[in-house]
Amino acid sequence: MSSRRGLVDRTLRFSTVDGPGNRFVVFMQGCNFNCIGCHNPYTISECNSCGLCVDPCPENALSLDEDHRVVVDRVACTGCEVCIDVCPYDSTPLAEDLDVDELVARIRETAPFLSGVTVSGGEATLQAHFVAELFGRLRADDELSHLTTLVDSNGSAPREVWDLLMPVMDGAMIDLKALDPDTHVRLTGRTNTAVLDSIRYLAAAGKLHEVRLLIVPGYNDDPATMERTLAWLRDVDPDMAIKVIGFRVHGIRPEMSWLTDADPDRIADLADLATSAGFRDVIVV
Amino acid sequence: MEMPEFRTRARQIVEDPTLTFHQRRHHLAYLAENALEYPPLSDAAAEALEKRVICDLYEGAAPYRARYILPDYAKALRQGSAFLELDPPQDLDDALTFLLILYAHVPSITAYPVYFGDLDKLLVPFVDGISDEHLYRSLRRFWLALDRMFPDAFAHMDLGPRDGRIIRTIFRIERELEQVVPNLTFKIDPEVTPDDLIRDAVETVFVNGKPHFVNHPLMVRDLGEEYAAVSCYNSLKIGGGSHTLVRLNLKEVALRHQGTLEDFFTDTLPRYAELTAEIIEARIRYLVEEARFYDHDFLAAEGLISLDRFSAMYGVYGLAEAVDLLMEHQGKDGRYGHDPEANDLSYRITRALKAFVNDRPMPYCEGNAGRCFLHSQSGIDSDLDVTAGTRIPIGDEPEMFEHIVAVTPHHDLFDAGVSDIFHVEDTARRNPQAMVDIIRGALGGGMRDFTFNLATNGFIRITGYLVRKSDIEGFDAHGARHGSTTFAAGSVKNSHVTERNVKRVIARELTPRPGR
Repeated sequence: MSSRRGLVDRTLRFSTVDGPGNRFVVFMQGCNFNCIGCHNPYTISECNSCGLCVDPCPENALSLDEDHRVVVDRVACTGCEVCIDVCPYDSTPLAEDLDVDELVARIRETAPFLSGVTVSGGEATLQAHFVAELFGRLRADDELSHLTTLVDSNGSAPREVWDLLMPVMDGAMIDLKALDPDTHVRLTGRTNTAVLDSIRYLAAAGKLHEVRLLIVPGYNDDPATMERTLAWLRDVDPDMAIKVIGFRVHGIRPEMSWLTDADPDRIADLADLATSAGFRDVIVV
Repeated sequence: MEMPEFRTRARQIVEDPTLTFHQRRHHLAYLAENALEYPPLSDAAAEALEKRVICDLYEGAAPYRARYILPDYAKALRQGSAFLELDPPQDLDDALTFLLILYAHVPSITAYPVYFGDLDKLLVPFVDGISDEHLYRSLRRFWLALDRMFPDAFAHMDLGPRDGRIIRTIFRIERELEQVVPNLTFKIDPEVTPDDLIRDAVETVFVNGKPHFVNHPLMVRDLGEEYAAVSCYNSLKIGGGSHTLVRLNLKEVALRHQGTLEDFFTDTLPRYAELTAEIIEARIRYLVEEARFYDHDFLAAEGLISLDRFSAMYGVYGLAEAVDLLMEHQGKDGRYGHDPEANDLSYRITRALKAFVNDRPMPYCEGNAGRCFLHSQSGIDSDLDVTAGTRIPIGDEPEMFEHIVAVTPHHDLFDAGVSDIFHVEDTARRNPQAMVDIIRGALGGGMRDFTFNLATNGFIRITGYLVRKSDIEGFDAHGARHGSTTFAAGSVKNSHVTERNVKRVIARELTPRPGR
């Protein structure tokens, strides 16, 4: 049986910021949210082969094949990302159609240097079968079974998807963009019913690695909002790990220019609220 | 050197407002040594030295002490010293005082000791019944003395591989005091050293850029259990050391090469390799037979060093440029560190050098079965447009994983040390386990020496040694208390150390010419 294929934006051999220890990170292409503050908006959509990026490529690494699909000459490509800059559809022609075998081979090369593998995105759970097969392969492999498996997710997946992943996943890191549904819609384009349910479901199963609270000035950075969010989280699990992340404008889409960087002092104050609320594992980024 | 020039230079040193009294005296001694004739060399060797194809690191024309000396401090603590009129110490504070006194009498190329011992092991017999607080206070006082009495970043201490409260206390003091001295090497044995202790060391690096990490099993394979890394990346035998360190500039060799690639391996490289060996041999013979260092020094008389544990260090540098030049000769544009063929060529060069050193008998080198140790020399402040040792050029390093994979095959060959430095982003500070993972992976994969530093702490790693950023900035106006800051100031001016990008690391090491 051939292994499953997935659309992968890119892989990173070493990362110190995607979970505990040094981690191999797989960024999946495609996301069902449309967050105003997205730092890698080119991972949102799948390439539609419109071809607008072909001419601007300074290395002539892009072309349209006979099926009118954009193809990449990976030897010529220098990774300058001009194609990403000109893409009007929040996508990239550089995403790779990879099968699990190829990905496992890349991970194997790096494995002695790793604590684990994190699948991020994009939204990893949109390609849950691919992720589940990848994690299953890692667990079944004597050389790779020491690697912990984490998913970095927007939390929109239904319980059926988590049921598929849980047997082979050590934990999920879930972004809670806002507790208030309206604010959540303003920040992400979607309501948060599924996100809140994922947090409850994962916590109950002992698979909630951490909840990330991205603090965006003017949206969710007032203390009262933070306290309501913390109260809800404490009700779910008072021992969960919380990461408080101050929003940064770096990498966001130019049309979102009204957004501003979070003030580090304010973030520290909000993080103190988490500590005061009894959370023991609070990290500020 | 004629007398008028000698007098002019002596006067410049005496009147140099940026040198302390001790530094002036050191430079005057160097000037006097260099007024003597160099040990006899063939015309070809003398010319190669003159043209700096081969560099003797300005050790001096008449070597009268070994470059690196690693006294057997454990033996000294057991037997005391007749020369110093000291009985064997009986308790912790006696032992620390004993060591301070002994350090003051250990010669080296820099005039300061390059090795303070494997302190955590040395003190084990003295800490039974000592409270944690007593241990901390005594070691803290000792640490202040080390930095103030031996102000040279090449003064080096080794720790590990075993866990214990002495090494834990030392890491704590290191983080509290943020001193340049002592420089530190931490020996890691994957079977013995716990993650938790490596994490403690990693967190110490986050504060002050120390320690370096070495592959203990690989060192033991090449040097035996009784080894230490001294000065910086110089791994040698305890109770012995290295007579001298002479280095071959592979870039200059490649520039002088004409003909095919095969000719490089059968003619050009062996020719210069032998000239390097000739210079090393001449220096060793002078030191041992004429200056008779090992006949008169009390360390030898008391058995704290013995000639049969010495060898010499055969250094190489400029591998990156040599590889790129040889690729160009063949009409190829692959670069060292990036192109598989260029990397393979680099391994072929270092293997050829290793074979040469292994086949070339060297007098008074019983510490390595009558052969030199091979060493990847990490640079000095006057190096321009040439990359240290076997490193990938500054600013041209690939990502960390590719970087490690590219340089690791060299590490097996360099028994006397090899340095590759990794600069990591500040985000690692929140995730020390990530660095533990990388260190374990790197050493497990065959790296011998591993050094990393963060972009943001108050120290700057010039080559292997550290200086405070604030010391460099103030140097021109005021001079500096640490001898090594003088070298670092030159290194910063001659390169772009302070302007580098994250993970971009400059590469210079070791004592350049004093009295410039």
